[in-house]
Amino acid sequence: MKLAKFANLLMFALILAVAVSGCRKRPGYLTPLPAGMTHNPGDAPPSSPFDDTSKIKPNDLLTGIKSNDPGAHNGWAEDPNTFKSETVHFEYDSSVVRSGEKSKVAAVAAHLKADPSTAVRIEGHCDERGTDEYNRSLGERRALALREELARLGIDPGRVDTISYGRDRPVDTGHSEASHRKNRRGEFVLLTPPK
Amino acid sequence: MKKKLLIAICLAAGLLALPTTGPAQEELTISRDFSPGNTKPIWVSISGFTGEALQVLQFDLYVQGFGFTNADGAQYLISGSSNGNFQGRVTDRISKHSLISKAYAGSSSRRQVHAFVDDFIVALSRKPIAQTKIAFKAEAGANSEIYIADFDGHSAQGVTKDNTIVAAPSWVPGRLALYYTSYKMNHADIFYHDLSTGARRTFARYGGSNMSPSVSPDGSRVAMILSKDGWTDLYVCNADGTGLKRLTTSPQDESSPCWSPDGKWICFAAKEKEHRALCKISASGGKIQQISTGGMSLPSEPDWSSDGKWIAFTVQHGGDFQICVVPAAGGTATQLVEGEDPSWAPNSRTLAYARREGGRYTLGLLDVPTNQHKDISRIAGSNSQSQPSWAR
Repeated sequence: MKLAKFANLLMFALILAVAVSGCRKRPGYLTPLPAGMTHNPGDAPPSSPFDDTSKIKPNDLLTGIKSNDPGAHNGWAEDPNTFKSETVHFEYDSSVVRSGEKSKVAAVAAHLKADPSTAVRIEGHCDERGTDEYNRSLGERRALALREELARLGIDPGRVDTISYGRDRPVDTGHSEASHRKNRRGEFVLLTPPK
Repeated sequence: MKKKLLIAICLAAGLLALPTTGPAQEELTISRDFSPGNTKPIWVSISGFTGEALQVLQFDLYVQGFGFTNADGAQYLISGSSNGNFQGRVTDRISKHSLISKAYAGSSSRRQVHAFVDDFIVALSRKPIAQTKIAFKAEAGANSEIYIADFDGHSAQGVTKDNTIVAAPSWVPGRLALYYTSYKMNHADIFYHDLSTGARRTFARYGGSNMSPSVSPDGSRVAMILSKDGWTDLYVCNADGTGLKRLTTSPQDESSPCWSPDGKWICFAAKEKEHRALCKISASGGKIQQISTGGMSLPSEPDWSSDGKWIAFTVQHGGDFQICVVPAAGGTATQLVEGEDPSWAPNSRTLAYARREGGRYTLGLLDVPTNQHKDISRIAGSNSQSQPSWAR
């Protein structure tokens, strides 16, 4: 069921990408640029909805988007508060971004578009259920799923770092489902370049 | 066809006894196997020891499948003295054959007992473990560090002091060295740490998270989970970091790789068709094969025994975790005790694991054939110890 949904999304993105490459001049995104340098601050925010998918290559959605080099945003100021209310919550054992949570990702994307000099770090977390390393992978997968969402909204993945804290950094140390629900999350930390 | 030819050659060479050795060998293999969880302990009687020496002796034997009874019911009689240096003797009660009779000097009294138990185990043609080490993750507050200790939790020593999350230690077989993940550089990176020199270096610091290192039995390769290419996939590279190869390309999360003892296979936890499963893949790449765990739900954290026969893993039922073992080829899994993250001892019968108690962990040892288990001692200053990795 979920797989089918994911496949549908992939198909949709592929069709869009084909539509884009078929109708328009070959866009510049096909040339890979150094991490963190892929966005020209002078660029106007994309206006047409077709532009939104143009930042990711069709193949990226099939094999994964390349992650940034570890030092891509070294020395950038970290602000965990700006996107506090945009923390995305996940279902148990799942890294699927639920449709009800997508407006939060859209808000983050809007902020990043409005200030092209900024970047974001997505921190993936899990509840205490599930074993340690399983959760470390799942937390990373959640962060990557949010990065995919941002990419679909036209954010250059070069502006998005990911990290997983697994079950090591709960916001609620209780053992009830209410606590677990709060802990299964992806947090956005706004990164601003050194002045 | 080949077999017939072989027999013909043997007949020609006059090796007429050969056809009978086939079935006999098979029988021997079966008799050496155990049935997890319901094998009877080997009964021993203990006399003459007191205090710490007696405690250590009982602990060492218990977690290797021995049970305690009186002299009439025991298969082996263990006697001696722990007054001053340790002296011990083991006699087979029926044959009256003396297996060992030895006095130990030097080091600590604990070590003398461990050495005696190892001598006894070797006399039984089994692999000794009483002088082996384990590595584990110890939490203090929000952070965790890597420690090593004797297999019973004594003589613990801190390995890291990173003041952040450090996790997933993995011993390099036969060497005093570990791989683990540390967030020291505000990034989940894999480090190689030589414990004899104290030197360490970053081993994997790719984009995204670098997780769950596992060293091949010959120490030449490392399997790990990376997200550098956008998904959490299984990768393998040489011990010097070269020759990185992506083995899986799955949008789902893979975790906890471990190696078959011949170094040919990597077993890991995966999500296949929306179902959590244990899988294996050739270490040089290929098709993912599912390892049947007899319908056990949410399996993770596999560890392959050094004799190649078993895979221990964790299953989850709701909020409850259990240690299970399954034949390495897959099949019926046996659920043993409540716990997580099993790691095989070099004897391929004892497991170290972590037992959860209200969000905190204690390490325990489990003798798989008998299902006998006991907690090991906790270390001071840490309220939670987990993720054991047994040196082998």
